[in-house]
Amino acid sequence: MNTVPHSFGKSLFELLSSMRFAISLLSILAVASIVGTVLKQAEPYNNYIIQFGPFWFQVFEKLGLYDVYHAAWFLLILTFLVVSTSVCIYRNAPNFVREMKSFREHVSEQSLNAFKHRHEAATALPPAALAASAQRYLEGQGYKVKNLPREGGVLLAAKAGSWNRLGYLLAHSAIVMICIGGLMDGNLVFKVQQLLGYKKIETRDIPQSQVPAISRLTPSNPSFRGSVQIPEGSSADVAFLNVADGYLVQDLPFTVALKQFRIEHYTTGQPKSFESDIELFDRSGKKIRAATIAVNHPLIHDGIAIYQASFADGGTRLTLRGWNLFTPTAASFPIEGTVLQSATLTSAAGDYTLEFIDFRPFNIENMGGEIAASGDAMSVLGGSPVSDNRHLRNVGPSFQYKLRDSRGQAREFSNYMLPLELDGRWYMMSGVRESPNEPFRYMRMPLDADGKIDSFMRLRGALLNAGLRPEIAARFARQALPKDAWGTEIEGKLTASAAQVLALFAGGGFQALGGFIETKVPEAEREKAAGTYLRILELAAFEALQVANRQDGLPAPKPDDATGWLVRDTLNSMSDMFVYGAPVYLQLMQYDEVKASGLQLTRSPGKNVVYFGSLLLTLGVFFMLYVRERRVWLRIKPGHALLAMSSAKHTIDFEKEFTQHARALDTLVQ
Amino acid sequence: MELALNQPAPLLKRLSWFDWLFAAIVTAGALFALSRFGGFMDIYEKAILLAAIPSLAVFGWFWKPFRPLFIVVGAISLFAVSQYQGSLTRMEEAFFLKYLISSQAAIMWMCALFGLATLAYWGGLLARSEFTMKTGSTLTWVAVTMGFIGLMVRWYESYLVGADVGHIPVSNLYEVFVLFCLITAMLYLYYEARYQTRQMGAFVLLVISAAVGFILWYTFDRGAHEIQPLVPALKSWWMKLHVPANFIGYGAFSIAAMLGVAYLLAARGILASRLPRLEVIDDVMYKAIAIGFAFFTIATILGAMWAAEAWGGYWSWDPKETWALIVWLNYAAWLHIRLVKGLRGPMLAWWAVVGLFVTVFAFIGVNMFLSGLHSYGTL
Repeated sequence: MNTVPHSFGKSLFELLSSMRFAISLLSILAVASIVGTVLKQAEPYNNYIIQFGPFWFQVFEKLGLYDVYHAAWFLLILTFLVVSTSVCIYRNAPNFVREMKSFREHVSEQSLNAFKHRHEAATALPPAALAASAQRYLEGQGYKVKNLPREGGVLLAAKAGSWNRLGYLLAHSAIVMICIGGLMDGNLVFKVQQLLGYKKIETRDIPQSQVPAISRLTPSNPSFRGSVQIPEGSSADVAFLNVADGYLVQDLPFTVALKQFRIEHYTTGQPKSFESDIELFDRSGKKIRAATIAVNHPLIHDGIAIYQASFADGGTRLTLRGWNLFTPTAASFPIEGTVLQSATLTSAAGDYTLEFIDFRPFNIENMGGEIAASGDAMSVLGGSPVSDNRHLRNVGPSFQYKLRDSRGQAREFSNYMLPLELDGRWYMMSGVRESPNEPFRYMRMPLDADGKIDSFMRLRGALLNAGLRPEIAARFARQALPKDAWGTEIEGKLTASAAQVLALFAGGGFQALGGFIETKVPEAEREKAAGTYLRILELAAFEALQVANRQDGLPAPKPDDATGWLVRDTLNSMSDMFVYGAPVYLQLMQYDEVKASGLQLTRSPGKNVVYFGSLLLTLGVFFMLYVRERRVWLRIKPGHALLAMSSAKHTIDFEKEFTQHARALDTLVQ
Repeated sequence: MELALNQPAPLLKRLSWFDWLFAAIVTAGALFALSRFGGFMDIYEKAILLAAIPSLAVFGWFWKPFRPLFIVVGAISLFAVSQYQGSLTRMEEAFFLKYLISSQAAIMWMCALFGLATLAYWGGLLARSEFTMKTGSTLTWVAVTMGFIGLMVRWYESYLVGADVGHIPVSNLYEVFVLFCLITAMLYLYYEARYQTRQMGAFVLLVISAAVGFILWYTFDRGAHEIQPLVPALKSWWMKLHVPANFIGYGAFSIAAMLGVAYLLAARGILASRLPRLEVIDDVMYKAIAIGFAFFTIATILGAMWAAEAWGGYWSWDPKETWALIVWLNYAAWLHIRLVKGLRGPMLAWWAVVGLFVTVFAFIGVNMFLSGLHSYGTL
């Protein structure tokens, strides 16, 4: 025997078709796939920079970790899988087909004798008779049998479960087919074009009509998956494909117009359905078809599937009332706005830009605080799976905007249109935050008996009005002192104190009062002083309300609990005003909602290839796992029969079957 | 003479009168459901219901104990439904509903019975008492019955909560954990009868008990047993196929892993005299992975087809999808080694055990730690 040195090609072929290589590939692919599930894919690049810092951001970008499944190295693994599987099929298929057909009729008696599973029996029957009954038996057991005359007798060669090998071929070609289908739907063509410089990702935030041809894909593009947001009453003839840190514009062969977008809700407030009434027009403007799409119910037109993917505000028109928070009057001014657009706000402190971000017609809030845990065992055991949604409540519309000052610093606000009930009293709520990661902090403005914030605004104005302060302080002193103390030095002192407290509060709220106490009052007396100041402030504020009402020609406030709370809440809210970060409060009076529907448009020619591959895979897996290939030989000579059986897998079932056949032979030979 | 050879007669000739009765009941039940509740179904759901008739009948013929299970679950569920008289408040008033067969009561009974079954299997295994283990089997059967009643009744209850809320109870983590327990137990009971050995029950019931523990924690701590309406993405007939197929996979892989543990213990001589032969454990482990793999393949394909309809692409590399692929690759590699290399023994047992961790992560971990399309937080 001389060894032939293997050529490189031959070695490569051996490696690619080896089981060890296949199993390694499966494992490597599994591990590589994990990466993309741990690291969030296709985020805006800024998020990654914040997360990893500039150095690691670049390293990870080079490794393609932000879009692992389209990275070159990942595609390389997949390619290896396809090549390895193909080579495996190429190598085994001819052999397998032969094996499926073959009865292995040339097996020698000698080798049958060497089988591990063999059974011998003596018989008095003539070989032909035994062969006939054995053939009937084996055929009854699902075997295909060949009856072959052999020297001095007969050889029965039988096989069953050949489809096992067919299963192998089906399952493995299916893998290749699925990968090819996936590749057809992937962005490989674009990647090549990008590499060659024919196409470029657009990263600027510009109107799509200005996006140059190098970043546009033609309607004939065989495969894409893009999305587009269309406001009600508008249309779109492009879709946007997100790629890395930019996008591409996909021109569509038709125009999609959105007539209406609807959200239906369950009685509990959770969304029940999202639907869009759309119309398609061809390039000449002729209407092609109209349809309603919903989640799980896409429209397929001309090989392009249109899906309901998301929704947003499409430019709701807002009618607002602006309240200046730091003027000594309670006057308001009208202002109009449109979501996704900006407005300019002029104030004493400089110009502000108002950026309207969003409008939400519904806000389902959990008003019960914590979700009640079913701590009571009996309530669960005998209990009801009916959910208690009483704590969920729709608190009505809200709108969101950013207020950007002349230096470019912005705060985000979220104002509810309707008042909210908290601790049994009603408030208008306005939330503010510095960055999107923070929760909103709310300023709550109390409503008066008429259900309006006018009283709050009036009292706020009076308290900020330095000109009214002497009168308010004097009235307070008169109210606080018995009649015989009027005109005395005590009254003068009390008036002065009240004026000072009012002035301090108007300059910075409770924080300013606190600061004053900390600097002027010895530590031991601070608590007492604070109590006194608060009392003075509350009573003086009540007088301020009297003065303000009188000035506006309104009846005097009733000295009841409701007024007491109004005064206290106003003081709290005014104190918050100083950290609110905006000189105005925008109250939503009316809105004209315009919704936008987010559509996803896809063309995937590989889909049917993938589905057909999946069908083959399923069939193949079942054949491979549930069809057992077995072969039986029965060599019959006068007076003697030898049964031998073989299978690729010696399972317990195989042993059982062999025992059964051996017993059957024992019966048949008699 | 040839009769003694035990030749398989044609399938239809082997069926007993009970088989035919069972098929008749299945058909009648499905047609009744179709006429009574057809208004709640779309054309695909009707097709699924009709396809269920031959599937269930043949399944009952193939695995005989399924017939009485089906009939008992059906009868008691119908009784429970009749007790509601169309009102959820009856749950607190009607004796049977309150203590036995309202969905929550039935599921809690299932939990308790699985716990008892675990104790019985272990007691029987340690004391070498066939009788005690047989008790374990019986308890497991009763638990499965109660669990299915619970799910059936829950299905009905969901429609009482609101006609637009009603849905098949395989829509959230709580419901699928119940389903997991039931499918795992049924798969095990099949192998138990097939291999005439009850010792493996001790190990399989452990993983079911763990799931029961999760159900209880989820119920008491999180109130997860509440019936919630479906988010729009889940409102599809695909759910009826995709989820159960997936859980046959998960259940089978769990059984394989627990048998892997049994194998490794027995191979080291621990409990070896009490457990079946290593070849038997090994064979059941292979069978479990085979059936799991086949159904997991189907489930993943169905999932891809659903995704194509709901999300606009059959494959989005969403974390859940990717982890399904990882699970699939893992067991594909296992089967390659086993089938082609013909390898047996501790290595594959270890692999099956590790496979459970991969599977559990794909099942729960992804929902807990990774965000993606399967989290259903947004549209």
